[in-house]
Amino acid sequence: MKKAKAAIDYKNAVISIKGLTKSFDGNAVLRGVDLELYQGENLVVLGRSGTGKSVLIKIISGLIKPDEGTVSLLGKDMKNITDKELNEIRTRIGFSFQNSALYDSMTVRKNLEFPLVRNKKNLSRAEIDKAVETVLEAVGLEQAINQMPAELSGGQRKRIGIARTLILNPEIMLYDEPTAGLDPITCIEINSLINEVQQRYKTSSIIITHDLTCAKATGDRMAILLSGKFERQGSFDEVFNTDDDRVKPFFDYNFIK
Amino acid sequence: MDKNTTAIEPAPKQDPAIKRWLVSVFIDFYKVFQFVARFFREVFFPPYEFKEVMKQCYEVGVRSLTIISVTAFIIGVIFTKQSRPSLSEFGATSWLPRLVSIAIMRALAPLITAIICAGKVGSSIGAELGSMRVTEQIDAMEVSGTKPFKYLVVTRVLATSITVPILATYAGLIALIGGYVNVAQNEGTSYTTFMEQVFEPLNFVDFTSSLAKSIVFGFTIGVVGCYQGYNSTKGTEGVGKAANMAVVTAMFLVFIEEVIIVQIFGWFR
Repeated sequence: MKKAKAAIDYKNAVISIKGLTKSFDGNAVLRGVDLELYQGENLVVLGRSGTGKSVLIKIISGLIKPDEGTVSLLGKDMKNITDKELNEIRTRIGFSFQNSALYDSMTVRKNLEFPLVRNKKNLSRAEIDKAVETVLEAVGLEQAINQMPAELSGGQRKRIGIARTLILNPEIMLYDEPTAGLDPITCIEINSLINEVQQRYKTSSIIITHDLTCAKATGDRMAILLSGKFERQGSFDEVFNTDDDRVKPFFDYNFIK
Repeated sequence: MDKNTTAIEPAPKQDPAIKRWLVSVFIDFYKVFQFVARFFREVFFPPYEFKEVMKQCYEVGVRSLTIISVTAFIIGVIFTKQSRPSLSEFGATSWLPRLVSIAIMRALAPLITAIICAGKVGSSIGAELGSMRVTEQIDAMEVSGTKPFKYLVVTRVLATSITVPILATYAGLIALIGGYVNVAQNEGTSYTTFMEQVFEPLNFVDFTSSLAKSIVFGFTIGVVGCYQGYNSTKGTEGVGKAANMAVVTAMFLVFIEEVIIVQIFGWFR
């Protein structure tokens, strides 16, 4: 499926990262990352396992604190932010986890309601039901409403995970390995869903992946994380038209030459 | 030194093992202190999770009733049976109800209830929160702005602090019934006489100390279980470790607290 052209506002950066560094037990993972995500854009972050891709989006969402550098999210500097402001910002960000992270003691309905009822206290039962139905329809899983997460397939879990983030109408979506562990057909469905979310909810997204099919299908721009920095950024062709031995194997592996 | 000779660099000086162990113990204490302080910071401020607290009280209380009932009854019977020979040597078997009531209400009921709850509830909380941590469910709550600490930790600690005292009182009554069954069988004492003798030696301090102990035990079981689970790492291995540590640490602390509280209430007798 060919990606529809997105309406990107290159004057308006919703995420702006400068000089970001992060180490774990003296092991430097991010070594001065600079990145901007523009309004309406799908940015794909590529890189080998363990290069700090997931760490990057966890820092953006405030789950991990950086050692140095600044992260500005929707115009707010994440360093000088109160807990209340952080919570408020988080309701404007959707985070789709690699393993979906569905609450396994709750049904799909309760999973979807959970962020809504806890962030918007004055909603009526009818409004909550309507919101749940809308996001389930958006991910095409209306029939799963009363199922438990354990009864869902991997692809369905991913979809419900995305639906749970959509229920708060996020402005930014962060996808951590959205197609990891899925069969090729389900991967295509998830790629289409990511594009649909971009069009329908007008989101700006960061998609962490090492699946180049997903990257090509969903990304407006690619950024490759190498040795803790973004060394190549641009369109799919710009990024992979190179003899760099650190980049070429990605392409060769994904699209067997 | 000859240019071709490679100098052997001395190995970096490492702190002795005991020092590293002590440092890690103090860091752990500090983390637990921070965890407890965060509980008290969040428990008094809205939003209040009444519904979730009630649900957790049900999980802790109602689901522990069977095992507490059976254990308490057996302890009542066995304790009475084992105490009889010593008293009968002095011809004092009529004192059995008094002895049983003091032992059960002052010490055994809160302690046995706490031990059972540490095993059953503490491990379950540790495993549940641990599993939520390693499967990123807690992170998912956090990034959706839903304050997981309040929803998961505050509610569970409140539930154990409320429910363990109720269970301990219940366990005490069931153990007394166990004692009565044994006394009635052997001495033919009537139910009314037994109960009169049971409550005769007990005073306000006994009930207060028993209640205070149970609240502290419940709080400890909740905090330890939540702390171990909430800070669990290293995948499934970490979940098992969290459940195990929740039980071992809670039981250890319960015994230490028992000794301290008995000493404190001893001053009021």
